Amino acid sequence: MTTRDITLIALFTALTAVMAVFPPVTLPLLPVPITAQSLGVMLAGGVLGAKRGGLAILLLLVLVAIGLPLLSGGRGGLSVFFGPTAGFLLGWLLAAIAIGWMTEKFWDGLSFVSATLICVIGGIGVMYAVGIPGITLMAGVPISKAFMGSVTFIPGDIVKALIAAAVMVTVKKSYPIIGQAA
Amino acid sequence: MLTDLYIPGDSALHRARPAWKLALLFVYCTAIFVVTHPGMLGAGLVLVALSYGIAGLSARDALTAIRPALFVLVIIFAAQLWLESLGMAIYVTLRLMALLMAAALVTYTTRASEFTEGILALLSRAPAWVPKDKIALAMSLVWRFIPMIRAQFDEVREAQRARGLERNMLALVVPLVVRTLKTADEVAEAITARSLD
Repeated sequence: MTTRDITLIALFTALTAVMAVFPPVTLPLLPVPITAQSLGVMLAGGVLGAKRGGLAILLLLVLVAIGLPLLSGGRGGLSVFFGPTAGFLLGWLLAAIAIGWMTEKFWDGLSFVSATLICVIGGIGVMYAVGIPGITLMAGVPISKAFMGSVTFIPGDIVKALIAAAVMVTVKKSYPIIGQAA
Repeated sequence: MLTDLYIPGDSALHRARPAWKLALLFVYCTAIFVVTHPGMLGAGLVLVALSYGIAGLSARDALTAIRPALFVLVIIFAAQLWLESLGMAIYVTLRLMALLMAAALVTYTTRASEFTEGILALLSRAPAWVPKDKIALAMSLVWRFIPMIRAQFDEVREAQRARGLERNMLALVVPLVVRTLKTADEVAEAITARSLD
């Protein structure tokens, strides 16, 4: 790890934290606003790769745990790790690593379509595979019901996957980071 | 500016070592999850209320800890009521609230800087293969970068507002990410030039 890697990790931690204050977007017919923060998770993996992206999200979670209100809505502190949706925070970490790993694998032929697929598999597939059992564990709600409750967030996550993919392809052209020594 | 969720005070809880508070929180959570008896939960709730009193915090502070999760708690309550019974719904919801309040209490009574010092103290005793300097560097850089990126985000948003694009997430994210990556090169060069490597 070079000093530049450390700087990149810290910058993406900060970037994901700042995305908590992005203006939330509302889609028609959907009751839940889309916050940009999980976009930061996708970008950390998709721009920095598995190792650096995962470390950036890990650092964010550590700073949240020690009491900084860096999550959307000014949430932070230890209580977010003890709430019903704590599984999704672990999901963030694994999603960033999964997206980073897949992006590195398919780096040479990365297109908008493959980048979108990567973000959907990592940012939705992996994220919900960890987050939904987390609700079950913390709240004793059966998996199927926890899934039903989470499904309203999926359209928003697809929008974020599309945006993340567009950014990943743009960055690959103009300012590639993956492919250099990590 | 970057502020933590600490609420100033001079109680025994404020002065206790962060590591002890974390250990107690862990024991507390394990206890109310393992012993699934309403009496245990009742005792747990009384204990949290007493601790808030000792720390000189009000009921409103406890509510602040629960409010962000309120929406999810209501859904969980409704789901339990529908699937199980009223008693089960009350039990599960109260248990989550007890956890949230207990965890928030540690956050309220401990400065982020105390935790950071604790982490650095742990690192200083860590084995040689742990890159302590790099972890410390990354943590201190984030403190500086968050206000910086927030300022950059405001600039980007101003510029895109002039183009009528301030609600377009792509038009906000792409310039911000590219600027961030450029900053990384500049900062890394500056650090290397000062021979901190």
